[in-house]
Amino acid sequence: MNALQPWSAERAMTIVADNRHLRGALLPILHALQEEFGYIDEEAIPLLAAELNLSRADVYGVVSFYHEFRREKPGRHIIKVCRAEACQSMGANALVDHIKKQLQVDFHGTTADGSFTLEQVFCLGNCALSPAVMIDEQLHGRVTPERFDALAAEARTAPHAHPHAHPPGHGAHSHKGHAQ
Amino acid sequence: MSGHLITVYVPRDAAALSVGADAVAAAIRTEASSRGLPLRIVRNGSRGMLYLETLVEVETPEGRVAYGPVTPADAPGLFDAGFLTGGEHALGHGLTEEIPYFKKQERLTFARCGIIDPLSVEDYRAHGGFRGLENALAMTQADIVKMVTDSGLRGRGGAGFPTGIKWNTVMQAKADEKFVCCNADEGDSGTFADRMIIEGDPFCLIEGMTIAAIAVGATSGYVYMRSEYPHATATLRHAIKLAYDEGWLGDNIHGTDRTFHLDVRVGAGAYICGEETAMLESLEGKRGMVRAKPPLPALEGLFGKPTVVNNVLSLCSVPIILDKGGEYYRDFGVGRSRGTLPFQLAGNIRQGGIVEKAFGVTLHELLYEFGGGTITGRPIRAVQVGGPLGAYLPPSQFDLPKDYEAFAAQEAMVGHGGIVVFDDSVDMAQQARFAMEFCVAESCGKCTPCRIGSTRGMETLDKIIAGKNVDANLELLADLCDVMVDGSLCAMGGMTPYPVRSAVKHFPEDFRKKSPAVRVTHIAAE
Repeated sequence: MNALQPWSAERAMTIVADNRHLRGALLPILHALQEEFGYIDEEAIPLLAAELNLSRADVYGVVSFYHEFRREKPGRHIIKVCRAEACQSMGANALVDHIKKQLQVDFHGTTADGSFTLEQVFCLGNCALSPAVMIDEQLHGRVTPERFDALAAEARTAPHAHPHAHPPGHGAHSHKGHAQ
Repeated sequence: MSGHLITVYVPRDAAALSVGADAVAAAIRTEASSRGLPLRIVRNGSRGMLYLETLVEVETPEGRVAYGPVTPADAPGLFDAGFLTGGEHALGHGLTEEIPYFKKQERLTFARCGIIDPLSVEDYRAHGGFRGLENALAMTQADIVKMVTDSGLRGRGGAGFPTGIKWNTVMQAKADEKFVCCNADEGDSGTFADRMIIEGDPFCLIEGMTIAAIAVGATSGYVYMRSEYPHATATLRHAIKLAYDEGWLGDNIHGTDRTFHLDVRVGAGAYICGEETAMLESLEGKRGMVRAKPPLPALEGLFGKPTVVNNVLSLCSVPIILDKGGEYYRDFGVGRSRGTLPFQLAGNIRQGGIVEKAFGVTLHELLYEFGGGTITGRPIRAVQVGGPLGAYLPPSQFDLPKDYEAFAAQEAMVGHGGIVVFDDSVDMAQQARFAMEFCVAESCGKCTPCRIGSTRGMETLDKIIAGKNVDANLELLADLCDVMVDGSLCAMGGMTPYPVRSAVKHFPEDFRKKSPAVRVTHIAAE
């Protein structure tokens, strides 16, 4: 995640304008807003309703349905810890307890110093190397409590959040041009 | 060897990255330059032997030689041992394709994964890529559908519906527009095959979708990705761009009058969007609420238009069928389960990874011959097959052949081929409770048995675990499970009882830990 920008209705309008040609544009727009601001601001709901010709209830319904969309500004780094069965079989529950204790937060909480927001996820697709944790967009496997502490310490001292996970040697290509 | 650049392969697969593949690649590059040894590093997909990641391979005249699991600290030692010419080293495994785990597989869908550079059209073509599409471009729609039907290919997402029959319905539907949607919302714990093939061979999916589009007369398509898979999403977007650049997507594909536009959409952490109608709602920009069927998506799907919805592995099986013919594919497998399935060994397993085998292989072979038992070294007590909605099976059932019908008879699912292993430290009452908890978190809320039933199920299991009225509550739980199975709109509520029932059936002692006294009186009363 790049450094997050403070909420700006003007900037949000630009994001809407960039994506409104997409069919079923609401989800891509919400993703783009969250990437820019780190969360979906309360003001975004009436703004999107007006721009996309939807009711506020429709927009609110979508934002609240999906676990991924946050309603509050997160910490500098997002920690996603997997709680699904494969990770459970390798001690994910104990890892979750450790992480909550170390960071002094529960799920969806942000640490007092603003470094981390902790989220639970069900499956990161790294089930042969469980337990798995994702910090920003970097996936980690075989995460022991000690390894987690080292990864968190490393992230905490990083000036900004990790950059987006690009394929090695290639930039991540946005591909909106070919959409309908 | 003068002038010939040695090629070293270091995977870019997210699982490999999760154990430090980028750092390994950097260490090899640094060591090579400090020794003045020019080499070419290709970032390939994973070979699927995830227990060996980071698996480094070197191209030699005899074939590719494997070293793993490699850490950055191993780089100097590998150079000292002459690994660039296949030299012996403690981490060496000889020729990759002779490693028994790999050699005993039947790789059809994953034939190229881990071998090629995933973002090289040239490499893809050199390994048989786009031959199926070239054939399809010269065939009639009906002939393509017939070939897929003849292959016996069944949907790899879980339900196992014959792919060709679905395509035929869409092909025959009359509409001004049709769609092909790929369900890449691989949310089942213990599954990672979709992620791996998209990261390791993305053109295979693009080719499969394009063939599907030509077969049914669709002009647009979407891949519905998970937000938990940022690496796969980035790789697929890049591959789609390259496919457009080289004329394999877009208007007039390779000079023909066929058109197919493909775009990627990303979900937002809702498991239910792996259900096809919820996925369509989500693609339309709505809440992922399950639709009642009929109408079938094949007739009224995305934006109300006829739509093919297929899983990643189904679509990735299509190019080889069009390349080599339906009979070639059908010759693998047993009974009505034809072809191969990439099984995924996950959880507490010594040798986790992808094992692509024809249907009919037994769990025992997969768990012990490939998997090597648990990584903790303790006995396997239970495996969950087919994701969070699949049954827990005890070792007495490990001789079941993996095919759709044999598993359905046990309320187990072949599903997406995920197998999650637990050792004897597992508490099956807690696993049953988790199945209900997961349904509470992920139910779309449209139907009552799923929305309310899961909450009541979790509460009832809490009472059982606490030792309160265990017999009465187990009876209540059984009744609740019947209601959920019979009354839910989709598989979410309809199958959540499978792991619960199987845990109670095969591991009853775990549900009576706090109430041995109750059990004694109960038996005495009888």
